[in-house]
This record gives sequence, C-alpha cells and structure tokens, in this order.
Amino acid sequence: MSEHEQKTDTPSRRQFIGASIAGLATLALVPGFRLIEIGNARSPDQPASAAQRWGLLIDTDKCASGCTACVTACDVENGLVQTGRPRTDAQWIRKVELKDKSTGESHSLPLMCQHCAEPPCVDVCPTGASFKRADGIVLVDRHICIGCRYCMMACPYKARSFVHEVLTEQKAHAPRGKGCVESCTLCVHRVDEDRQPACAEACTAAGHDAILFGDLKDPNSEISKRLKSRNTTQLRADLKLNTGVRYQGI
Amino acid sequence: MRGLRLLALALGAAAAAVAFAADSGRTPKPNIVIEKGDKCVAPAEEMRREHMNMLKHHRDKTVHEGIRTTQHSLKGCIDCHASSKNGSVVGGRDNFCQGCHDYAAVKLDCFECHSTRPQPAAQARAATATSGNKP
Repeated sequence: MSEHEQKTDTPSRRQFIGASIAGLATLALVPGFRLIEIGNARSPDQPASAAQRWGLLIDTDKCASGCTACVTACDVENGLVQTGRPRTDAQWIRKVELKDKSTGESHSLPLMCQHCAEPPCVDVCPTGASFKRADGIVLVDRHICIGCRYCMMACPYKARSFVHEVLTEQKAHAPRGKGCVESCTLCVHRVDEDRQPACAEACTAAGHDAILFGDLKDPNSEISKRLKSRNTTQLRADLKLNTGVRYQGI
Repeated sequence: MRGLRLLALALGAAAAAVAFAADSGRTPKPNIVIEKGDKCVAPAEEMRREHMNMLKHHRDKTVHEGIRTTQHSLKGCIDCHASSKNGSVVGGRDNFCQGCHDYAAVKLDCFECHSTRPQPAAQARAATATSGNKP
C-alpha cells in the first residue's frame, strides 16, 4: 500500500521539479555526461592501467603510395628535425613500399614501433630503460638509457633510432637528447590526454583514414570490432611478439 | 643650505651602504628572479634542498605510470620561473635555474633533453578543444 502511495507521489514530485527548475535539471544532465567522459578518460593523477591496451590498425588498402602525412606529422609533433643525413637522423615512422614481383601488386604502409606485448627491446635492455607501460605502450626512459643500442639490434622492425647529435629546441612534451635511443611513443602525451596519436590524426586529415587508433582490450572499440571482422596481420607474426600495431590488406 | 644638502647626501650614502651590506652579507648571493607566483609548491627552504628529489620522484611517476599532475613537474617550474627577458630558465646568471646552479657549481643536466621554455599548452589545448584537431 505504501509502495503504491510512493508511486503516485513520485510523478507529481517529478512534474513539480521539472516545471519549476527545468534549467537546473538541464545543468544536472551536463555533469552526468561529464562523469561518463571522465570515466573513460584517465585523470592526470591516475596511473595508466592494464585495463587498456592501446594499438593501431593500419589499412594498407587506404594508405596512399607517396603520401608521407603521418611521417611529417610525427616529426612536427615530436620535434624531430631531419638534417638531410638519413643515416643518423631520428625516424619514428617510415613509409615502406611492398611489391609482389610476380604479380606486380604493391602496397604502401607506415612502419613504426609495433608496441609488442612481448617486446624484445625490453628483454635485452641492460638498465631497464626500455619498458612497457601498463597500457601496452613501449617506451624508453631516457633518464636511465645509456645509449648502448642493444634494443636497436633486438628490434625486428628497425623501429628505433639513436640520437647522434646535440639537440636544441625540443618540444616540452617530447624531451629528447643526444646519447639516447628513442622510438615511436604512440604519442603517449596525447594518449594521456585522451587524444589520438599525431599520425592517425594526420592520416584522417589527409583524407586517407588508413590509421585507426584504439583500445585493443575494449570489445566495443572501433579497432576491436574491425580486428574481429576483418583479416588482419601482425608483421613477423612468427616471432610471437603479439604486436599492438596490426595491418589490414597485406 | 649647501651644507645641509651634503649632509643629506652623506646620510643617504651611508644608509645605502648599510643596506647593501645587510643584503649581501659577507659573500655574494645568486640573483634569483622569481617571475610568476607568490608561492611555490613548498617553502623556499624546502625547495632549495629537495627540488631535485621532487623532480626525480615525479619524473618516474610520469614516464613509467603516466601520472601527469603538475605540482612537482619540471614543466611547472618552467611555467613560473622562465625569465621574462629571454623566456627561458637558463641562458645567463639572471635566469632562475642557471643562476643558482652556477652559483652552487652544480651541473644542470635537465635541459640537455628538456625544453627550457614554457610550453603554450593552455593555448594549444584550447585550440584543440575548439577545432577538434591539433593546430
């Protein structure tokens, strides 16, 4: 009986609130949405969590031969200056052209640190500078790196660079200097702000949309859905490194 | 009249000399110019002794765990203490970091890799928020 009374009470109350402070109710909705956003994006005081694993899916059918938008965006974002000495210049992404000699079929693709789940660079690092973050991003802690370059030899993708020269005018979010090894950070400073890496953004801006960034552990993310529905490849899958960067169409 | 003026001048000079002696003590002190903010994240005494430990602790948290709070970050130091003259915390004896480190003869390694200038993060982020893209 009391339950029934409550039920009849509730709508009238709702109507009253709705009619009298509609404006406030709208305001209350906004924080509601904000809460969901904050639930997805990590706040700055929270550590990266193993609940996520960040990765990329690169569609080589969409990647245009000759386009270097991702490479340029990476250089600009991270302050990599190309001096015209390619043997010693740092390079975090490079474009690779694949061609099947018998059929003439060719593909273009960007190649960067594959953010392996079992990274060989981390295995061989003598100081612990090479490490994998909880969310799967493989990084170099330059405070600890001694520049021995074992990781560069261990990496099957040739993804790492050694900084040979004194640098100036680094970006505040991408500190880097002579004597350390470095590689694609998956734009970790952007990921921590809930933004996508510069290469993915530039690819979309260039109209190709070939690089998709997302959480491999979230079954509802776009990247997970595509990995589930399409035939995708890990480069050198025979090494069983479980790469975070996957390719489609090769 | 002239005598009075001379006396005033002499008194003024004496006062200035006393003030100078009190300021510098027996040894010269580094010229510390604090550009922005009236209060640091900890009292000056503590900052002088502990800033390197705070920075080191914070850097490990940031690099390895992705914790990007600003209280003990190097970026935070630079944002407040970069010189209004050259926009940097290093460059000369009047610059906040270099002034003290030169005085204490302690090598300053941070800026071989780290930027010495405040990053226009707030502006960049505001632009990002409006355009939805990196500027």
